[in-house]
Amino acid sequence: MVDLYLSLPPLVQGLLKGLAVIMVIFPIGGACSMAERKVSAWIQGRPGPNRAVVPWVAWIPVLGPFLQRLGVFHVMADGGKMLFKEDALPGHVRKFYFVLAPLVAMMPALTTVTTVPVGAYLDAAGRTVPLVLANVDIGILAVFAVSSLGVYALILAGWASNSKYPFLGGIRASAQLIAYELSLTLSVVPVFLWINAPGTPGTLSLSRAVEFQSGAWQGFSAASWGGVWFLFLMPLSALVFLIALFAETNRHPFDMAEGESDLVGGFHTEYGAFKWGLFFVAEYAHMLIGSAVFTLLFLGGWNPLPWVPLATLVDWLTALTPLAAHPIAVGLLSIGIFLGKVLALIFFFMWVRWTVPRFRYDQVMELGWKKLLPLSIVNLLFYLGAIAALTP
Amino acid sequence: MAVVPVARPPLTLAERTYLPQIAAGLRTTWRHLVRPKQTLEYPEQRPAVPPGYRGVPTLVRDPHGREKCVSCQLCEFVCPPKAIRITPGEIAPDAPTAHVEKAPKEFEIDMLRCIYCGMCQEVCPEEAIWLQNQFSMTGTSREEMVNRKDRLYELGGTLPDEHLKWDRKAAAEQAGNDRH
Repeated sequence: MVDLYLSLPPLVQGLLKGLAVIMVIFPIGGACSMAERKVSAWIQGRPGPNRAVVPWVAWIPVLGPFLQRLGVFHVMADGGKMLFKEDALPGHVRKFYFVLAPLVAMMPALTTVTTVPVGAYLDAAGRTVPLVLANVDIGILAVFAVSSLGVYALILAGWASNSKYPFLGGIRASAQLIAYELSLTLSVVPVFLWINAPGTPGTLSLSRAVEFQSGAWQGFSAASWGGVWFLFLMPLSALVFLIALFAETNRHPFDMAEGESDLVGGFHTEYGAFKWGLFFVAEYAHMLIGSAVFTLLFLGGWNPLPWVPLATLVDWLTALTPLAAHPIAVGLLSIGIFLGKVLALIFFFMWVRWTVPRFRYDQVMELGWKKLLPLSIVNLLFYLGAIAALTP
Repeated sequence: MAVVPVARPPLTLAERTYLPQIAAGLRTTWRHLVRPKQTLEYPEQRPAVPPGYRGVPTLVRDPHGREKCVSCQLCEFVCPPKAIRITPGEIAPDAPTAHVEKAPKEFEIDMLRCIYCGMCQEVCPEEAIWLQNQFSMTGTSREEMVNRKDRLYELGGTLPDEHLKWDRKAAAEQAGNDRH
C-alpha cells in the first residue's frame, strides 16, 4: 500500500494529499457547523435540530434515533441544499473578483492544514515521527504566512460586492487582522526562543514544539521542564495567543467582519449558495487550524497529560496488549488525543461565542493596539530575560 | 424626589482585564448547557391544557348516550362570525326519547370562520355544545375544515350531566305530573 503510493508520480501524490485534505476539512467543517448549532441550542435551553432522518438509518435500533437527535442529517440536508440552490450573481458586483473571493478564502485554509502535524508514531528506533503532510522546517511561519492570506478573501469579497455593508465588513476585517496579527506572532516568539536553546539546530517546526513538551518527570530539576506544557510555562503567551486567535478567526466576541446586527452579514452579505458555503467552511477551517496550532504550541500536542508523553502511554498500553505498540495503533492513538484536544478547543470557541457579547469596533481596536500588543511585547521581554538568566 | 448619589468605585484591575467576568459568564452558560431543556417537542409532547380552555367547539351526548342538542338554533343566531349552520329535524315518534321532539338533522361548524369565542357554549340551554381541549385543527381543503354532525359528536364524546333534565321530565310525565 505504502510502496504503491510512493511509486506514484509526485503530482499524483500531491493530488491525493490535496484530496485527503479536502475530504477531511469539509466534513469537519460541516460537523463544526452542526456542533455550533447544537451548542448554541443547549446553552439557550433548546434541544437543537433533531428532526431530519433518513428512513433506513431510522430503522437501526439505538444508533438511528441517536444520530437523529444529534442532528447529523441536518448537516447533510444543509450541505445538499447549498449545492443545489440557485447561485445568484448580483448585477452590481465586480464579477471576476466576486467569484475569486470564496476561492481565495478556501485556499489558505486548505494549504495551512498540510503543515500542521496531526499525530505521531514511534519508528523502529523508538523515536516519535510526526504525521504531517508537509513537514517543513519553517512550520509556524508557514502557518502564519499562509493563513494571513485569508484576509485577502474578506477584503476582496467586501470590495467586489460593491455595496456598503460588505465594504465596511471588509475594512473592519483588514484592520482587525493587522491589529491582532502582531500580538499573535509576538506571543509565540517566547515559545520558540525556549525551544531553540543555544547550541541546538534552530527550528520553527511545530512538531519540534510538541517534541519539546514530551518530557517525562525527572524529579525537581531543570530536566523536568520538558514535560510541562507551554500553557503552564507561559500562561500569558497562551492567553494573548488565544485572544488574538479569536480575533484572527473572526469569532465572537471579535466578529466585526460579520456583525449581523450592524452589517447584515458583513463581507458575505451579497453571497449565497455554495459561494457562501465556501466562506463558511473556510471560517471553520481557520478555527480548526488555529485550535490545532494552539494545541501543538501550548497544550502538548498529542501528549495525553503533562509529564505523560505519548511514548509513556504507549509503554503502559503495551503492558496490557502488545498490539498497542504497532505504528498504526500509536498513530491512531496520537491522532485521537490530538483531535480530542482540538475539538475541545473548538467547543471552547463556541462556548465563548454564546457567552460574551460582541465588542464595539473601537473596543476591538483599543484592545488590539493598546492592550494586547504592549502586553505581548512585555511578555517577550520577560521571557527573553528569563531564558537568558536560565541558560548556563 | 431625593437624589441618592450612587457610589461608583473605580474598577479593580481584575475587573478591567474583563477575564473574571468572562469566566463567570462561561460558568453561567455551562450551567444552562447541562440543564434539562425547556423546549416542548410539540407533536410528540403536548402541553397540559388548563381547565376552562376554549378549544374546538364540539357537540356532546349525555351519560345515557342521548344527543343533547335540540336544534333550538340559539347558537346559530348568537354566533358572531356565523360559523354555525343547523338544519333542524324531528325525533321519530316511536323513539324512546320522542318527548324531546327535536334534534338537529344537520349541524355544521365552519372552523375557518369560528373565532373560539365560546358564546355558543354560553347560550346553549341544553349544555349540548362545549368548547373542549382540542387546540389544533388542520385540513387540506375548505370542506375538510367544516365539522359536520358526526365529526362534532366524535370530537365531543360524552360529558357528565348533573341535571338529566329530559329523563326527569319523562319520569314526571309518567307519574302523572303534567306540569313538569
